[in-house]
Amino acid sequence: MTHAGTAHHTSMGLDSRKMAFWAFIGSECLLFGSLISTYLVYKGRSVVGPYPHDILNIPFTSVSTFDLLMSSLMMVLALAAVQRGDMKWGKIWLLATALLGLVFLGGQVIEFTEFVHKGLTISTNLFGCTFFVLTGTHGAHVAVGVLWLLTLFVRALQGKLERANAMTVEITGLYWHFVDVVWIVIFTVVYLIQ
Amino acid sequence: MKSWLTTTDHKRIGLLYFWTAFAFFLIGGVEALIIRAQLAQPNGHVVSAETYNQLFTMHGTTMIFLALMPLSASFFNYIVPLQIGARDVAFPRLNAFSYWVFLLGGLFLNASWLVGPLFHAGMLNVAPDGGWFGYANLTERPFSPGPNIDFWVLGLQILGISSLAAGFNFIVTILNLRAPGMKLMRLPTFTWMTLVTQFLVITAFPVITVGLVFLMFDRFFGTHFYIHEAGATPLLWQHLFWLFGHPEVYILILPAMGIVSEVLPTFARKPLFGYTVVVYSGILIGFMGWGVWSHHMFAVGLGPIADSVFAATTMLIAVPTGVKIFNWVATLWGGDIRGTTALHFAVGFIAMFIIGGLSGVSHASPPADLQQTDTYYVVAHIHYVLFGGTIFGLFAGIYYWWPKMTGRMLSETLGKWHFWLQFVGMNLAFFPMHFIGLLGMPRRIYTYPPELGVAQLNLVSTVGAFLIGVSVLLFLYNLVRTRSRGQRAANDPWGGATLEWSIPSPPPVYNFSVIPTITSRLPRWHTERHKAMQDPPATPPAPIHVPGGSWWPLVAALGLPVMALALLTHTLWIVFAGVALLLFGIYRWAFEPFEV
Repeated sequence: MTHAGTAHHTSMGLDSRKMAFWAFIGSECLLFGSLISTYLVYKGRSVVGPYPHDILNIPFTSVSTFDLLMSSLMMVLALAAVQRGDMKWGKIWLLATALLGLVFLGGQVIEFTEFVHKGLTISTNLFGCTFFVLTGTHGAHVAVGVLWLLTLFVRALQGKLERANAMTVEITGLYWHFVDVVWIVIFTVVYLIQ
Repeated sequence: MKSWLTTTDHKRIGLLYFWTAFAFFLIGGVEALIIRAQLAQPNGHVVSAETYNQLFTMHGTTMIFLALMPLSASFFNYIVPLQIGARDVAFPRLNAFSYWVFLLGGLFLNASWLVGPLFHAGMLNVAPDGGWFGYANLTERPFSPGPNIDFWVLGLQILGISSLAAGFNFIVTILNLRAPGMKLMRLPTFTWMTLVTQFLVITAFPVITVGLVFLMFDRFFGTHFYIHEAGATPLLWQHLFWLFGHPEVYILILPAMGIVSEVLPTFARKPLFGYTVVVYSGILIGFMGWGVWSHHMFAVGLGPIADSVFAATTMLIAVPTGVKIFNWVATLWGGDIRGTTALHFAVGFIAMFIIGGLSGVSHASPPADLQQTDTYYVVAHIHYVLFGGTIFGLFAGIYYWWPKMTGRMLSETLGKWHFWLQFVGMNLAFFPMHFIGLLGMPRRIYTYPPELGVAQLNLVSTVGAFLIGVSVLLFLYNLVRTRSRGQRAANDPWGGATLEWSIPSPPPVYNFSVIPTITSRLPRWHTERHKAMQDPPATPPAPIHVPGGSWWPLVAALGLPVMALALLTHTLWIVFAGVALLLFGIYRWAFEPFEV
């Protein structure tokens, strides 16, 4: 957080860290694109159950999805607060974003546990393989995001995150919104489309 | 020693990349020579079939991921910031991280040669043995039960992280750290090709990462991503691998094309013919490289429509490539040519790459390709483009930029010997392979019977390979010799047009005493429309801030092989140790005071 990156001359007029993050997000699109394509290619090819419609709990996951969408709203509010130098609300919204992320992860833990009890593990069938690796990779991204947000929150508590670091919060937000958008695609492809 | 371990200076990192990659190049070369010794005569007994499998797998993997890509990276590191008039890359510590991850990943892969006893096997028994493109389902646990493929699947994932980190870094560096006036269409061609390459890296590597993650899960956690009995198809691997693998071909060749586009104009004393077209061709190759992957899979039988489409796209990609070749030839035409070693290699590149390109076009036709698949014809093709192409291009770059990187000139006499020996050696080694393949010798089989009638051709090929070996040793001698006896290099020993020649050799730690302002594409040349720029003064008029070193990229990088070790040994606590090391490194990195 002591970077002076923003103060430097840049040829494109875009902060270097932000540009790197956009490139990173582009790269991540290919990662999730490959995972989602694999899910679609293998859809309906499992030779033993349980099959997706036996097991997917759409109402439950809709709540998780809503929770994650709300976390994006909190993220927007956090950035807006930091940008106007309101660190009190900045801290509150950062913590709220992280907590909603944690709730989403908790939901995923409950969901995974329930699936295992119903006989679907990562090695049961192709649905299990593709489902757990895809949603697990997404969950790992959420976990990294939560860690990141909590770090920012602690830095803010220590008084080391202030208005001058708004770019750091903005980049965290880029990542967080991206992870959220990926979930919208996964939710649609895996849960909603039968 | 400490200053090298903690360095964030792009020039030092470039030298580290160079020497590390060159060491791996020698290891991969020795593997190739053992292969050629085995094939020198029918029913050879130099190595067993099992060792042979490991040799060709590690030769391919080493040359592509540990020698050619990082040799290009050494020039990205050393030369690109100089060419754009920058003092370093955008993220110096991330750059150090890329290097350490590369080094550790390479050591991890190669450790497989030695650590057999730890896995209750002999030495030289647990190195990867599934071929450099590791086709499923051969690589699945039932068919490859040992740790061999584990080394491969984990090592490549580590190396991918290195390439990705470098990719983000160089995209931002090139787009954002250009000196005033250095518009995109004034960028030197090498920098342009680097930019295109990095876009290919950050889009292609995630795809192979997913393929490798699936394979890792299949091998360690009982998934069925490539297992036919579970309803899956091993073809998924082929698609994921070649979706990465074909852009990878351009990741390997575009930097060499960039180097040649720098060397030819300097030694012909003419601007690059059709700069704009060369740049756009490079970009076009980058895009089209994404649409041709299934030509590696014609033998699968994807059906007439898929075969036709991929045949057409593959033939089309020859167009921008051909355009570049004509531009290079036209650059030489009518030029005031100086026959330096660098120019020899650049011209050798054009000639050899044309041969490789032609055999490539013959692969583009599915009926012809079906005859060539898995024969030595394919081996001939890949070596004409990667050895005759990439390696010749890289050597051109080494002879061209070595004075800049070390302040010493390489011997031109030794250089010419190196070139001619290597040129003759490579044609002896690889040209007969076209015939060996068409006569029916399959690749990746450890021996052949005398009745096949390819014994003499194979012997010729082996002689050629050893000639290459001699030429590389001569080159190594030339490199080492410069340390004590090399003639000192001036700022600009060749009369180059680009910014790196405006500063001392080797450059001071801050590169440019004053950041230059650029007004033309060839800033150091006096042309009809532009005066030559003034070189920056020898001493900086004002103090220049230079970032200090950092331990944390190295510490963070160490976490990755530790995690890989955990999987290899099936030990959970080591996973946590690796993650802890990585996180510790990243947190210290993020919060240490470091002013770029």
